[in-house]
Amino acid sequence: MIRFSLRGLASRKLRSVLTALAIVLGVALVSGTYVLTDSITKAFDSIFQTVYRGTDATITGRNALDNNASNVGGGDSRTPSFDEALLAKVRALPDVKAAIGGVAGEPHLVKNGKAIAFGGAPNLGFSVDPKYPQFSSLKLSKGSWPGPNQVVVDTGTAKHKSIHVGDSIGVQAEGPIVQMKVAGLVKFGSAGSLGGATLAGFDIATAQALFNKKGKLDDIRVAARTGVSPQRLVNQIKPILPAGTQVNTGEQQAQKAADSTNSFLTFFKTFLLAFAGIALFVGSFVIANSLSITIAQRTREFATLRTLGANRRQILRAVLVEAFVIGLLAAVVGLFVGFLLAKGLFSLFDAVGFTLPNSGIVFEARTAIVAILVGVIVTVAASLRPAIRATRVQPIEAVREGATLPETSTPRRRFIRALVLTVLGFAAIVYGLFKPGLGTGGVLGWMGIGALMVFVGVALLSARWVPALAEVLGWPAVRIGGAVGRLARENARRNPQRTASTASALMIGLALVTLVAMLAAGIISNFKGAVNSLFVGDYVVTAQNNFSSLPVKVGDTVAKTAGVTAVASVRSDEAKIFGSKDQLTAVDPTIGSTLALKWKQGSQAVLSSLGEDGAFTDDGYAKDHHLHIGSPVSFLTPTGKTVNVTIKGIFKPPAGGSPFGPITISSALFDRSFQLPENMFTFIKMQGGESEANQAALERQLNGFPNAKVQNKSKFVDNQISGLKSTLNILYVLLALSVIVSLFGIVNTLVLSVFERTREIGMLRAVGMTRRQTRRMIRHESVITALIGTVTGIALGIVLGALLAARVDEINFSIPVGSLIIFVVAAVIVGLIAAIFPARRASRLRPLEALSYE
Amino acid sequence: MERGRLTGVMGPSGSGKSTLMHILAGLDRPTAGTVELDGTDITKLDDDRLTKLRRDHIGFVFQFFNLLPMLDARENMELPLAIAGERPDSEWFDQVVEQTRLGDRLTHRPSELSGGQQQRVAIARALLNKPSVLFADEPTGNLDSSASGEILDLIRRSVDESGQTVVMVTHDPYAAAIADRILFLEDGRLVREMTDPSSDDIIGVMKELGAQ
Repeated sequence: MIRFSLRGLASRKLRSVLTALAIVLGVALVSGTYVLTDSITKAFDSIFQTVYRGTDATITGRNALDNNASNVGGGDSRTPSFDEALLAKVRALPDVKAAIGGVAGEPHLVKNGKAIAFGGAPNLGFSVDPKYPQFSSLKLSKGSWPGPNQVVVDTGTAKHKSIHVGDSIGVQAEGPIVQMKVAGLVKFGSAGSLGGATLAGFDIATAQALFNKKGKLDDIRVAARTGVSPQRLVNQIKPILPAGTQVNTGEQQAQKAADSTNSFLTFFKTFLLAFAGIALFVGSFVIANSLSITIAQRTREFATLRTLGANRRQILRAVLVEAFVIGLLAAVVGLFVGFLLAKGLFSLFDAVGFTLPNSGIVFEARTAIVAILVGVIVTVAASLRPAIRATRVQPIEAVREGATLPETSTPRRRFIRALVLTVLGFAAIVYGLFKPGLGTGGVLGWMGIGALMVFVGVALLSARWVPALAEVLGWPAVRIGGAVGRLARENARRNPQRTASTASALMIGLALVTLVAMLAAGIISNFKGAVNSLFVGDYVVTAQNNFSSLPVKVGDTVAKTAGVTAVASVRSDEAKIFGSKDQLTAVDPTIGSTLALKWKQGSQAVLSSLGEDGAFTDDGYAKDHHLHIGSPVSFLTPTGKTVNVTIKGIFKPPAGGSPFGPITISSALFDRSFQLPENMFTFIKMQGGESEANQAALERQLNGFPNAKVQNKSKFVDNQISGLKSTLNILYVLLALSVIVSLFGIVNTLVLSVFERTREIGMLRAVGMTRRQTRRMIRHESVITALIGTVTGIALGIVLGALLAARVDEINFSIPVGSLIIFVVAAVIVGLIAAIFPARRASRLRPLEALSYE
Repeated sequence: MERGRLTGVMGPSGSGKSTLMHILAGLDRPTAGTVELDGTDITKLDDDRLTKLRRDHIGFVFQFFNLLPMLDARENMELPLAIAGERPDSEWFDQVVEQTRLGDRLTHRPSELSGGQQQRVAIARALLNKPSVLFADEPTGNLDSSASGEILDLIRRSVDESGQTVVMVTHDPYAAAIADRILFLEDGRLVREMTDPSSDDIIGVMKELGAQ
């Protein structure tokens, strides 16, 4: 029987290939994700190994908010700094051969008045000490190491922006721009690229001044005397450490640093794999449908096998072997397509100027194993139902004209089963959404399982409404195509189950796309509402990338602009409040002139009278923690300081959120409590409101801060949601892959239908249908099928979106009509593309086939 | 082929009778020679013109009826006209329906019709665009004897009453007996011709040819 299956596959090459294509994309996405993330992980590992080269022990500040893990020592300006006096003590220890102290920050290099940035890559800056080359991860490739008020820049940035040794370049970190001489160009030690990050090195005093860390250090790196183990060195350092600092071996430190990037990469990987899963799920629909059709067409063949003595198990095995081979081939092809996909992505990111860290493509055995297993399992699982149907073929069908495949159960029972599945699916979604205390994983899990059940259930149910939907959605086809359009519509209706299955693959993609569009529209409209109800000022200053923080001096500087009547900044940092890490914000006393809050307890006057111990909170947080006016709240800062405040007001934030964390204090208190206060937003009110002159005046005033961006209210809204919009585009691209898979499904069904209707199409050609009309007929059928999937998908997406909107306050129920119209147009295009190949095949059938085909 | 007459084409399997008909009907192209229909050499036409020629001037009746299962009888009959974007002449439509005795079956789908009824729908479909010539390929090949009789009668009457030109390929001597003229083919050659034959005459010739 196995040979029979293989022969059968070989003789139906086209059909087998078309079926396999549906699974190739999903598998490619799986393997591509693994290759991409493995490669980036390896690149980061090698970067951190280079960074901690020659280091036996590292001393860093300890973030009081973290229980054990430290942040990346010296790489993160948010880790508390410590007094530089420690360095001398460390150097005095008997087993220490050498030690250097360093500070780090995020300086912007400024050329011709513009900050240099590549995509979203960070700007890394740190102190370098040429006296201790053994610790250095940088190699000087031109010029010399930096002296006071000098800088070294990485060769990549220098090349892109034509920076040469001896040039003068602007550097801006915590203060206004400082002009520095470029002393030399450096190369990062490891072979790979650092991504699009810019590197800047300074001598220690310059770096401390730039980063506002005079007399402080972010890390001390220690090398042990020969024969002293890193652990012994660590043990020796421990007793002299002041509070708020910690020591790790160099190896541990590199590992910790790598771990912190790995947790992001793990998220990234899970995210991509989820979309691969969706594409595979859609692919399984396509496979199941294609196999159902081919098996139906081979009813007589199975019956003949049965008359020749094959038993049911052999028939089952024959079909499953066929599916296995298809799955295996598709998986192997998908595996390599994924490999190319990952390579392509590296080049793509490179081309748009956002180089990913790369030290060669990593191809792990795990990637191949998972990809092939997934491809084979999905295909074989999808083939189970058609395979079981094939076993029900009676031997007598071998001698019957027009024998059809027996159904596995009665229509009524199938209907009830589909209905139960759909209802259970919705129940799971509702449970996931509304059951309190499930946690993110629980909510997503219940929703995911529920959505899968709903998709399968609706796909099975939709055969019921396909005839009616085809009637309605076929109307344009009939209007445009006349008799040909009517034939197309009837063709779409004649086998509702087949059309429903084909359309369902597209339905899944469209439902998800609609859901995403709805959520985005809901969030955006809520956000706009929030800004409109809160903001009563004229301008907002944020960082160029809309989310980084800016030095406090930005607020002070902009306040000096002529015509400014009020300036108020919002600072933000992390703190531990009521035992959990949360955002803590702070406001200037003038904030009330730029933001109008709705107060549940207290009044707008609270904003200007927070003083040294006042705080306000929002109604939700107040309810959760039973806070009233007068309630005491204490919080812990990253440097380990405990601060006590009293609630003076409770406000009600709009549905779209507010710029505030759960607890907000005065900026005066904030500046004394946190190591490095920075502004998230600076709100400005001016005489004359929004005007070109005012905008220009503000921009002129902020000349020294190239990373600051002045924007009016509507620009601010646009900028804040631009991040959401790019996220939305990424989601669209990823979901488009599922739509492409379903496009293959339509191609497949049409090719099989054309094959099945050879005689019919031949007859139509014989009685006068032209080739063009034949193509048009197939195109119309394809578009009708696509529209059925689209309309069902959009409807389902809206229902799912409504459920989410009912649960999540930040999301407004709003139907993005514009986007939906685009989706419908896109679906028509998908239908037209899917029809190209089948239509050509149909039009090439010769009328003679009507008479001779049997 | 003579205009207004019924020509039968006979011959053993493989004699080329189907090929002849396919070429005559513009479904296939000859390697040599020409086919003229109403003064047009149809072997020189491209696919589009040939399709239009078939649509406007040629009617087909197939052995397996070849009706579209999702259309009812009336829609099946009007299909070629609909494809051409034309409406049937209602007087002629009524006349054809009467001739084929399908008046009470117009809204039935093929699956609700007997074989004979289905073939009558197919004939009505072929007659409705008033073809210059109607080709019938084994029209009774898939029918029982009483239905066969009905169909043959119908074809004969279309010749007698409306002057329809018909070319019928068959290997059934009783069917062939309704022809005005019969062409016998063997190995792709015309070997015998007969006018106003009886079924016995035909059987005789068939035996003779088979015996050679």
